[in-house]
Amino acid sequence: MSAAPSDRVEPTSFAFDDHSHAAIDVAIAKYPPGKQASAVLPLLDIAQRQMGRTTGSAWIPTVAMDAVAQALSMPPIRVYEIATFYLMFNTKPIGRYHLQVCGTTPCWLRGSDEVARACRDVGGMKGYGESSADGLFTMSEVECLGGCVNAPILQVDDDYYEDMDYERTKALLESLKRGEKPARGSTIGRIGSAPTGGPVTLTSDPIRVPSASNVEPEKAE
Amino acid sequence: MLSDQDRIFTNLYGIHDVGLEGARKRGDWDGTAGILARGREAIIEEMKASGLRGRGGAGFPTGLKWSFMPKEVGVRPHYLVVNADESEPGSCKDRDILRHDPHKLVEGCLIASFAMNAHACYIYVRGEYYNEAVALQKAVDQAYAAGLIGKNASGSGYDFDLYVHRGAGAYICGEETALLESLEGKKGMPRLKPPFPAAMGLYGCPTTVNNVESIAVAPTILRRGAAWFSALGRPKNAGTKLFSISGHVNKPCNVEEELGIPLRELIDTYCGGVRGGWDNLLAVIPGGSSVPMIPKSICDTVLMDFDSLREVKSSLGTAAVIVMDKSTDPIKAIARLSKFYKHESCGQCTPCREGTGWMMRVMDRMVQGRAEVAEIDVLEQVTRQIEGHTICALGDAAAWPIQGLIRHFRPLMEERIAAYKASKTTAMAAE
Repeated sequence: MSAAPSDRVEPTSFAFDDHSHAAIDVAIAKYPPGKQASAVLPLLDIAQRQMGRTTGSAWIPTVAMDAVAQALSMPPIRVYEIATFYLMFNTKPIGRYHLQVCGTTPCWLRGSDEVARACRDVGGMKGYGESSADGLFTMSEVECLGGCVNAPILQVDDDYYEDMDYERTKALLESLKRGEKPARGSTIGRIGSAPTGGPVTLTSDPIRVPSASNVEPEKAE
Repeated sequence: MLSDQDRIFTNLYGIHDVGLEGARKRGDWDGTAGILARGREAIIEEMKASGLRGRGGAGFPTGLKWSFMPKEVGVRPHYLVVNADESEPGSCKDRDILRHDPHKLVEGCLIASFAMNAHACYIYVRGEYYNEAVALQKAVDQAYAAGLIGKNASGSGYDFDLYVHRGAGAYICGEETALLESLEGKKGMPRLKPPFPAAMGLYGCPTTVNNVESIAVAPTILRRGAAWFSALGRPKNAGTKLFSISGHVNKPCNVEEELGIPLRELIDTYCGGVRGGWDNLLAVIPGGSSVPMIPKSICDTVLMDFDSLREVKSSLGTAAVIVMDKSTDPIKAIARLSKFYKHESCGQCTPCREGTGWMMRVMDRMVQGRAEVAEIDVLEQVTRQIEGHTICALGDAAAWPIQGLIRHFRPLMEERIAAYKASKTTAMAAE
């Protein structure tokens, strides 16, 4: 059992590993020369993923923000203010799995309170912002995840689990406890955003739209 | 009911091959060089003639927006930026384009960029859409490998680069200038306009920001012709549109339909009706959380397009239909949205920073009824003080849901207050 996230201390140093360096090169190359500050969100994400990979807690300590600042030739304060502005960056240690319960109205209408209750019951957390004693789960309330027709949604790290209820949330968390990671997506077998029971549109084979005659180049005047 | 032949997003549910081969079978990347060979003017004119209005919420004509870019490239390069920061509560349509029909978007980026003389385009995908960004990147990589984009894109002689950029969780970055700030590596705080992005956008260069759906429909419109697109829908509300129907319907789903479809038909045909039947309907938020709700009496007859919803003091927004049946406490539903806007305010403008928190606190009391009836008027007045007094539309978006609630459910709010007072009196009498 790993320690509870709150027991973890700020590391004294942070250096990007080879895996991260490769990702950083790809990220910085997307922006024009001199505009490398654009890569600050990707680099913070890379740092957080490296922490997750190497320590089991995907968060960004200050020393990692400093490493990002150095890599992008930015003043550290600029990186700090960005790390605290954007919700997806964890500035405190978190559990192995980040349970992100969407509580905005479309999910609330479909029972997100029950999803949150299941998280509390299985993980033993009292509420949002807390972690389970074994350090496996941290529970957060997030705002609209943009999957509203598959509400309610529980996002675990990168993956959306959709069409949740109390029992299915419980089952998902029990699986995670056993070290299994169930497939993401609808938990009631829906196909993407199609209605329950299967699509009522797009049932015919997709047609190849005939090229209209006006696809031909316009004749020069 | 719109026929499948007239639907643009033929892989909306991801049933078919998402990759390049599958996309080609569905007609994507067909004669792309031919479209580009028509020239910038012709493409923009065709887009204007199609009547396409921006699908990101404001409904501004897309072709016209493209025409605002400088005709010639000066010392500063042009950029197209695609807004895939889909975060409006209720809206989840762009997600399906990104993960299931990404080649429509990639091809649209090339065509739109060409029309605006941009050799580079960034797609800003909301951070939470990790798997969607992976799917999109895969499509971009495939398009590069096949020579469809990159140097001499699609054999057109035009060089074009396309980059996927992931956000990190901030609703405000869906506002176009906040998105540009974020893309430049700053906090997502909206810029004062003017200058508009077409004059000074990304890195101070001429930039156009378009919604995913607006760009992804462009290739099909140009292939099938403006006349085909504008014949669908209603006058000034042309074409098809992706609708996201969530909340208390039997079968929530995304579906592409003609603009102007009656709301009731949309819900009954595609979503198996309202939970408990149409008469169990309380209210609908027809265009994403920012737009005012409409009660059942309006839902009975209203058409789903920009102008029809405007007539009933609401808006089409992103066509995200949030349905509430009679079991819903509408005050609580709107109070939760007030919490959302308080959470997402960037804090730059005082009316929004202070106002969203104030409105949230008052709305929380309204849920309990722990208020005075006169405070409903104060609340209404405060929403008017916030609306239109901020740099971006988040202030408006926070104000409108409350205005809609007061407009249609004031008696319920007064009842709640009276009930709370009565409970206190009884409690005191019992002591």
